[in-house]
Amino acid sequence: MIRFLLTRVALGIFVLWVITLAVFGLFFVLPSNVARTLAGRQATPQTIDLINHRLGLDRPLWKQYWSFVTKALRGDLGYDYYHQVAVTRILGQAAPITLSLALGAAVIWLLLGVTNGVISAVRPRSLADRALTVLALFFYSMPSFFLGLMLLYLLYYKLTVAGHPWFPPGGYVPITQSVGAWAQHLILPWLSLALLLAATYTRLTRSSMLEVLGEDYVRTARSKGLREGRVIVRHGLRSALTPVVTQFGIDLGQLIGGVVIIETVFSLPGLGKTAIDAINQQDLPVIIAVVLFASAAVVVANILVDVGYAFLDPRVRLH
Amino acid sequence: MSAMTDCRRESRHPLLALDAVTKTFHERGVRGARVRAVDGVDLEVAAGETLGLVGETGCGKSTLARCMTRLYDLTSGAVYFDGEDITHHSRRALRPIRREMQMIFQDPYGSLNPRRRVGSIIGDPFVIHHVAGRRDRKTRVQELMEMVGLNPEHYNRFPAEFSGGQRQRIGVARALALQPRLLVCDEPVSALDVSIQAQILNLLSDLQEELGLTYVFITHDLSVVRHVSDRIAVMYLGRIVESAPTEEIFSTPRHPYTRALLSAVPIPDPDASDSRTTTLLPGDPPSAVDPPAGCHFHPRCPRAQERCSLDDPSLVPVLHDDVVHVTACHFPLHRGEELVGSEGQPRTDSETRS
Amino acid sequence: MAVSIPASTATVDHTPTIRGRSPWALAWQRLRRDRVAMVSLAVIVLITLMAIFAPLFATVTGHPPNQQYLTEATTPDGLPVGPNGSFWLGADDLGRDVLVRIAYGARISLGVGVLATLLTVAIGVVVGLAAGFFGGWVDTVLARLIDVVLSVPFLLAAIALVSVTSPGLTVTILVIGFFGWASMARIVRGQVLSLREREFVEAARSLGASSVRIMFVDILPNVTAQVIVYATLLIPVVIVTQAALSFLGLGLQPPTADWGGMIAESRTDYTVAWWFVVFPGLALVVTTLAFNLFGDGVRDAVDPRTTP
Repeated sequence: MIRFLLTRVALGIFVLWVITLAVFGLFFVLPSNVARTLAGRQATPQTIDLINHRLGLDRPLWKQYWSFVTKALRGDLGYDYYHQVAVTRILGQAAPITLSLALGAAVIWLLLGVTNGVISAVRPRSLADRALTVLALFFYSMPSFFLGLMLLYLLYYKLTVAGHPWFPPGGYVPITQSVGAWAQHLILPWLSLALLLAATYTRLTRSSMLEVLGEDYVRTARSKGLREGRVIVRHGLRSALTPVVTQFGIDLGQLIGGVVIIETVFSLPGLGKTAIDAINQQDLPVIIAVVLFASAAVVVANILVDVGYAFLDPRVRLH
Repeated sequence: MSAMTDCRRESRHPLLALDAVTKTFHERGVRGARVRAVDGVDLEVAAGETLGLVGETGCGKSTLARCMTRLYDLTSGAVYFDGEDITHHSRRALRPIRREMQMIFQDPYGSLNPRRRVGSIIGDPFVIHHVAGRRDRKTRVQELMEMVGLNPEHYNRFPAEFSGGQRQRIGVARALALQPRLLVCDEPVSALDVSIQAQILNLLSDLQEELGLTYVFITHDLSVVRHVSDRIAVMYLGRIVESAPTEEIFSTPRHPYTRALLSAVPIPDPDASDSRTTTLLPGDPPSAVDPPAGCHFHPRCPRAQERCSLDDPSLVPVLHDDVVHVTACHFPLHRGEELVGSEGQPRTDSETRS
Repeated sequence: MAVSIPASTATVDHTPTIRGRSPWALAWQRLRRDRVAMVSLAVIVLITLMAIFAPLFATVTGHPPNQQYLTEATTPDGLPVGPNGSFWLGADDLGRDVLVRIAYGARISLGVGVLATLLTVAIGVVVGLAAGFFGGWVDTVLARLIDVVLSVPFLLAAIALVSVTSPGLTVTILVIGFFGWASMARIVRGQVLSLREREFVEAARSLGASSVRIMFVDILPNVTAQVIVYATLLIPVVIVTQAALSFLGLGLQPPTADWGGMIAESRTDYTVAWWFVVFPGLALVVTTLAFNLFGDGVRDAVDPRTTP
């Protein structure tokens, strides 16, 4: 088990390294206007050169990369090009927002998706099942930004106009300031992100549970006289959850993409928005940091998924 | 070179000859297990005859079959086809040989590509070896189908639309397309119902007569092999333990393992069956990963003595046998001798059950 | 030289053969009977027709897609008009006809959907085949490559790529294809790895077939079923991704009509002019839903399992 984990971690580090290479390569292969933008319209070539020099952009490529790697390993991710703010601080400010959004949504979609999936599977073809399936299909096909806007329109605008300003149109309140306000600001973003994914998980859990419930060992459990609830939870759910865990790993990793969209729609200054701004301004240190962070999240998520497997399926542990 | 090959040198060379063929599989990694599936096999097959190769599951016969047809590379040893050493032939050099030497596989459901039409499957050899144009091909394929007893109008059907026996016929047709001289049949009827088995066996026998084919017939079923073979070779854990003409194997088995196998073959006569002593071999067949030292069979052999665990017996004629009957045993059985334990008592059913 | 024996001496097998059809024909039959799938197919066809005949919409309503009708399309307050006799689905903030723009937008969505999917499939299948079939170091290298590509957060990387080049249609297609192939390759590779061990592959080898021939004649036909299923289900994902890129301002540039872009433009006024966020959004949802349902149908047709 330990060896297994170590190999995964090693692989993950390898992947991250390749990604840094890729981002660096990309950035420097294509023309960069950082100095020009900083210097402003009236800048002379000398000013531009000076800025390039101060930012270290005139050094040979491999030197810049090397300096980046050595500094990063010490925890220093550099400074952004435009305001000379430490990148770690930028990340530090944006990360809690994204994490609140992502994890909150994850809790919602997991609970919602799995519960609905189980309900559907336990009573296939019933009214509940059909209704849930239709709903799942509907939300599954809806782009998150559209869902976000619709929620804003209905739950923010219409409600506010009708005299019930329950939901704000956007913005973020740190949890340390007020838990209530924090949640209130995040509910619509959470829903925009979660309803979609909940639909996927409903379908997935449903089909997986159906398969498992048809297996012989479940029939044995029933015939032993166990209560149906116990049969479902103890015997059925455990194996049915394996594909769900896989999917969760994949989704956690890709989450930063979805987060970007939601943060844009609801004006949340999280990592996604930070990333977009950085990309539009070609602010390399920030870009690299965010991409690394996101990729690291994917790697960690994958490792957690594998651990989750081992927990759910004892056969994996023995391997 | 083995004694067998020496004595045969004056006669025309055999169609297929195996000389100390060994095939070892390695599991991946430094500590991976090594399986010596085939361990120093000498064999010869003369043109026109049928050699039956018998053994339990896991004795290495399928691996041996694939070594014969060079689907596997040998770890050591040599394979000769019609006198030519094909052991190290490249794939390109093997191509003309492939026209002469074909295989029939065990699984009628797995050996045909489910997404290809039967006519295309049978016609494959023609295309691969650039032998016939499209129109010519169709005619030939249909002739082949007729020859194996299939309706040539089913040329465009898919394998799923045929029964198991019919699929084996398709496999036979495919193998015969280029008019090979040698056919290696790897358990061709094991996956079929008994009644269908008979049909396929008869088909193979008819084809051998008509086309002058040579067969290597691999099976675990002794009753089947008696029916079709001229000679039988018995295989145990990667080695040939006995080889002789069919009737001699049945009348005068020398090797204890052969004797045990024979005693397990069902006899239709209930009285004769009752009076027969069935020798049950204790223990399970050992794994090829860690074979016993000396004679591979000694842990299960009632006649085993100390020499057997130290000394590998060579495959030679024993007890004044003719040169065509070879056995690898230090203490071979005499004619009619029962397989007794070291206490001198035959091990019967009732004894071993206690 | 033909060898034949008279039929009487051959042991003829008289078992009647089952009358049946090829795996493809059977799948098509199953698909045809799936009502939901057929309805979705009809919807897809309708949307395609709408895309093809978009100019017709312009002619009938009299409003070209990028033409701004600032006087006719605004109310006295300066807000765009809602659905009325002239602008059937209303007008957007620049006075353009929403209906016509939706029709033209269909071209983008479907075009990118199909093209990017084709690109993804092409790359993914080739890589998956090579990795699965050749094994050894080829497989190791390709499998690692697949892992790396799959680890990259797609949207972020797509945004990055699109922004360092100039945003536009070609780039969008390339970007989606560039990242999408990895999933397909992984699936194909898995299939090929298991197919490789099947006896009919061994049989082909014993006949003397070359590796290339085995790959294309024996293995590929057995892989295409899965590929088709996956590709059909990939199209809606591509459509939504392209719309998302446009929404973020990294896809097509105005004034080209495209559903994602229209939704983005609607953000300022949607509270008062709901029609020009709802209708493009609905267009997206309906299209995506249709493809998803159809894809489900295809999957069930190709690989039927008993449903309770």
